[in-house]
Amino acid sequence: MPSPAIEFLGLTKDYASGFWRKRLRRSLDNLTFQVEEGEVFGFLGPNGAGKTTTLKLLMGLIFPTAGTARVRGRSIDDIAMHREIGFLPEQPYFYDYLTGRELLDYYARFFGYSPAERRDRVARFLERVGLSDAATVQLRKFSKGMLQRVGIAQAILHDPQVVFLDEPMSGLDPVGRREVRDIILDLKRQGRTVFFSTHILSDAEMLCDRVAVLVGGKLQGVGAPGEIVSMEVYAMEILFEAREGRSLPSSLSQHEHSTQTGGRYRIEVPEADLYAALDHLRASDARILSVTPLRPTLEDYFFRLVGRGKAVARDAAEVASR
Amino acid sequence: MSVIPGVVAVNTFREAVRDRVLYNLIFFALMMTGAAILVGGISIGIERMVIINLGLSAISIFGLVMAIFIGVGLVHKEMEKRTLYSLLSKPIRRWEFLAGKFAGLLLTLVVNTSLMTLGLAAALYYVGRPFVLSDATILVAVYFILLQLALVTALALFFSCFSSPLLSTLFTLGMYIAGIFSTDIHDVGMFTSSLAIQWGARLLYYLLPNFHNFNAIAAAAHGESIPFALIWQNTAYAAVYVALVLIAASAIFSGRNLK
Repeated sequence: MPSPAIEFLGLTKDYASGFWRKRLRRSLDNLTFQVEEGEVFGFLGPNGAGKTTTLKLLMGLIFPTAGTARVRGRSIDDIAMHREIGFLPEQPYFYDYLTGRELLDYYARFFGYSPAERRDRVARFLERVGLSDAATVQLRKFSKGMLQRVGIAQAILHDPQVVFLDEPMSGLDPVGRREVRDIILDLKRQGRTVFFSTHILSDAEMLCDRVAVLVGGKLQGVGAPGEIVSMEVYAMEILFEAREGRSLPSSLSQHEHSTQTGGRYRIEVPEADLYAALDHLRASDARILSVTPLRPTLEDYFFRLVGRGKAVARDAAEVASR
Repeated sequence: MSVIPGVVAVNTFREAVRDRVLYNLIFFALMMTGAAILVGGISIGIERMVIINLGLSAISIFGLVMAIFIGVGLVHKEMEKRTLYSLLSKPIRRWEFLAGKFAGLLLTLVVNTSLMTLGLAAALYYVGRPFVLSDATILVAVYFILLQLALVTALALFFSCFSSPLLSTLFTLGMYIAGIFSTDIHDVGMFTSSLAIQWGARLLYYLLPNFHNFNAIAAAAHGESIPFALIWQNTAYAAVYVALVLIAASAIFSGRNLK
């Protein structure tokens, strides 16, 4: 049976704080789940949830207090594991005295390619991230978006099977975000596993096969975005225009979930009341533009969890202060 | 044999060149030109000695400043700017990174020192005397300076693995100064009846790098020959000391959580 792409086995990290009296703060608590080969996996959580800590543990930048993790069956302590992975750090910063081409050539040297293969790869990957024209420009003259793109190029330069991206869309304009999305989808088409942390939930919803939600260092749930959020319709949204000179029944115009922009109205009604509301609109000769079922989004789920996490933390603080 | 330290070393050298570190050569060239003109006019018969003394001292000081100030920043800069994050995600061990950083700065110092030695030779040529065999001592003195710089670089790298650049600078400078007087520290132990002080002095003598034996500037200025035994002894001493310091630095750095 093939090993999963990534296995977290009770990964835990404590940080010591304080100068004289060292106190331990748990940043990551017993993280245990798996990511399968070929998945695009979203690692979600608010700032300070432990997402970057997890990625730093995987990269060997920090060491776990307890537990471990494996990538394609190899322990994170095994240097050979690093041949199989690519990593884009959050807000990447590279040697700014190098040009884009020199930077990629430098990283390619760690994989033992011949000079001809290095040249070919560097040119190919600069092209792939749209930086061919900036190949000879020093990185100190790169914009944030360009740095992010060269960062992605260095992460996938050696065709890794598993790619880790820490907040890859952060700080990018819509065009940049779309380019990153396209690269992630392209990697998926090639059968690679992509594990990316983000707090931009629409991106996760659009791209991910599965997601994990982390709050306060604790795993809150793992599953497909559709499994994690209930697919049940909680309301129906009706978008319509009122005819000139015709007034709307007060049950619709003064509905508590009604908003008006110019002559357009948007109301949310329970599913059971939909037909009654449509009858009212027909009687008023309103022009119905759309009727859409509303389901909870990943964002709603996320906010609920974060709110719960904060409440738990608040309760714990109150108990501690008594 | 891993080629990875070599890859890191070449990049470290390239960084130094692009950060205009070698611009110190301009100051050195101006100083040697000025000294050659001045000395040629006022000190009849001792021009050679003055130029060699001045030139070798300047090579040593310029090198020391570079070794300490760049050395303490080698690791710290990569951590602070987080360039280490993407680098260590590649198949590179931490000791390979450290060895590469050390070799890269050493390469920079060798190039810098070689160019300054050429400047010194030009100044000697200017004050008017054909080169003789005993001038080879100057090259030995330069070689000893390079060995010292290798030791200082290793120490700077070692301290920077667990302390801030400011503290690392102070520690390295302190070790250098104490190392110059290490023979005196040993002698202090000999003249006391306290066993504790005797042992303490002896321990310090063996722990501190012995820079005393690396100073051949006076011998070079006076055209005295330097025994081969001393050359071998200093080479072996520096190689072993540097290796031990780098192993200790690697052990510390390999277990460190990066911010």
